[in-house]
Amino acid sequence: MYQFSGKLKKVSLALIILGAFGIVFSFLNAPSTIEEAKEIIAHQSAHGSSHGASHGDSQEQAHHDEKVVVADAHASEAAHAHDDNGHHVTEDSHAKTDAHAENHDDEHALHVLHQLQNKPWAALYVALFFFLGTTLLVLAFYAIQRVAQAGWSIVLFRVMEAITANIVPTSIAMLLVIIATVMHLNHLFPWMGEGVFDPASPNYDPIVDGKSWWMNVPGWAIRSIAYLAIWNAYRWFIRKNSIKEDTANDGGKTYKLNYNVSVGFLFLFMITESMMSWDWIMGLDPHWFSTLFGWYVLSSLLVSALTVIALVTIYLRHKGALPAVNDSHIHDLAKFMFGFSVFWTYLWFSQFMLIWYADIPEETTYFVARFNEYKVPFLAMVAMNFIFPVLLLLNSDFKSLPWFVVLGGIVILAGHYIDVFVMVMPATVGAQWSFGIAEISALLFFLGIFIYATFAAFAKANPIPKGNPFLEESNHFHYYNIEHRGEDSGDHH
Amino acid sequence: MESSKVIHAFYTDDEVLLDAVKDVKAAHHHIEEVFCPFPVHGLDKAMGLAPTRLAITAFLYGITGLSFAIWMTNYMMIQDWPQDIGGKPNFSWFANMPAFVPIMFELTVFFAAHLMVITFYMRSRLWPFKDAENPDPRTTDDHFLMEIPVHNNEAELTALLAKTGAVEINVVDKH
Repeated sequence: MYQFSGKLKKVSLALIILGAFGIVFSFLNAPSTIEEAKEIIAHQSAHGSSHGASHGDSQEQAHHDEKVVVADAHASEAAHAHDDNGHHVTEDSHAKTDAHAENHDDEHALHVLHQLQNKPWAALYVALFFFLGTTLLVLAFYAIQRVAQAGWSIVLFRVMEAITANIVPTSIAMLLVIIATVMHLNHLFPWMGEGVFDPASPNYDPIVDGKSWWMNVPGWAIRSIAYLAIWNAYRWFIRKNSIKEDTANDGGKTYKLNYNVSVGFLFLFMITESMMSWDWIMGLDPHWFSTLFGWYVLSSLLVSALTVIALVTIYLRHKGALPAVNDSHIHDLAKFMFGFSVFWTYLWFSQFMLIWYADIPEETTYFVARFNEYKVPFLAMVAMNFIFPVLLLLNSDFKSLPWFVVLGGIVILAGHYIDVFVMVMPATVGAQWSFGIAEISALLFFLGIFIYATFAAFAKANPIPKGNPFLEESNHFHYYNIEHRGEDSGDHH
Repeated sequence: MESSKVIHAFYTDDEVLLDAVKDVKAAHHHIEEVFCPFPVHGLDKAMGLAPTRLAITAFLYGITGLSFAIWMTNYMMIQDWPQDIGGKPNFSWFANMPAFVPIMFELTVFFAAHLMVITFYMRSRLWPFKDAENPDPRTTDDHFLMEIPVHNNEAELTALLAKTGAVEINVVDKH
């Protein structure tokens, strides 16, 4: 039986505490007034940073550059100028252009202020969504194994179950973010802003109003809570009944019940996963829509989930906690990592190409924002999620070498974190993005929670699901085409 | 000098055959060929055959197909008869590249698949109207046949094969 070592526990708690400090720091550090935002803008332009194109077209860019220069020239006045533009006009010789520039500058500063206030929230949200989604897909992959009555993966069941323990803390965190969002503590979702659905308001948005049958705060909150409830209910049930299987000895009755419940979960999962991706990610850009977005998010999270299963399995096997896992099991997980990396690329490119080809402005805005301000992560992600896994994991022999799988897995996970980052950040913080304390802290925080939840759960159950009727098949699993090198246990054929 | 006498041992089960192959190899006899009605996983390894290099050729054929697709789209759509692709007439292959990705993908698969099949046929010396090489039609139904060349050790081989569960052992002259 595996023991959750004190050392690993300390590492995970240290990550959680370090991450929590960083998150609190980044929230306290966010600007709260427009003056602070202006200072940051002035600071940025002084450093020659070209984080300009919030609206992603060159005209706007040129205009913006001009007004930054004006703002610099009037740096001393900037603090008091904004409260009364009328006075300014009569005083200044460059009256007209200045008044316009100041006015525009204020608008821009307010915009940047909102983006900077969103930043710690968005950083937290990216890491939270990445970990919650990956854990959810581990749960879904586990359900697929049950429904398919797969034989090879039985010895990995307890690893997958342990990882899904992470769905409880991440769901609680998500619930808190949902409550905070509904209470307008953050402005991640522009359609939740004031007056968006009110024709009398200057903020009225007829496009979003047309979607109000779906995009309304009560509906969004109820759906969000329903998704979390469904996933957690299945995870609670299947974990309990999977352990019950070990000692049930009831002629497969518990096994069949678990099968039936898993079928039901997969049905609900496919619906809730798609809807979750619309509500939690696509809603960040409420004008834009893509019909394969649910699949695209699914593929990104699925390949991350398989990578996480492979990494945790390799770690536990290295610790001697999984004597029944052999090189063929690792080989199969690596095949899935490879296959779903290609699947992700297929969906990512399908979404891109149709929008690129049709060239309809309301659709291309999504990629213009990403290609102008997020060029490096946007392109690096394609290299990390497609070219690298293809070259690394194409060869059959490499797929059973643990260090190769770990190397590929770390790059794949980093690549798909960037994928989520590029999904969330352009709509929430625009040009103000960076990868700093807020982003790293959120990652460390949820990584710590993940490690604690996973290994504490793994230590609580027998690592071998003794009651599963396919256990023998899994024990003797040997993909004919590879040599078994990495494991000590002897007789596999 | 190739011996002209061979032993044909028949089996009716792939697991028995696999164990028999291992026993024969363990006794240091050369197995000329095994004829099966269906592929038996692990047989090549048990017989001591070198791993297939077909996967390497597939990779090279795929690269060839990809290169061909890049050359072809560039020649057809940019150079020979420049075309306006989705309102993007910029006369540059790279700027129009997304439109060519499906073609690049398809030709990669096309080259890899077809050339791999042709390579396989050539390596197996198979071509249309060729006479079958299998010495007994039962190997196309429900029997497995192991062929072992005889070097004045007929009795020893027969005894060994009988022990491994062969249902029929024949010594034949090979032409």
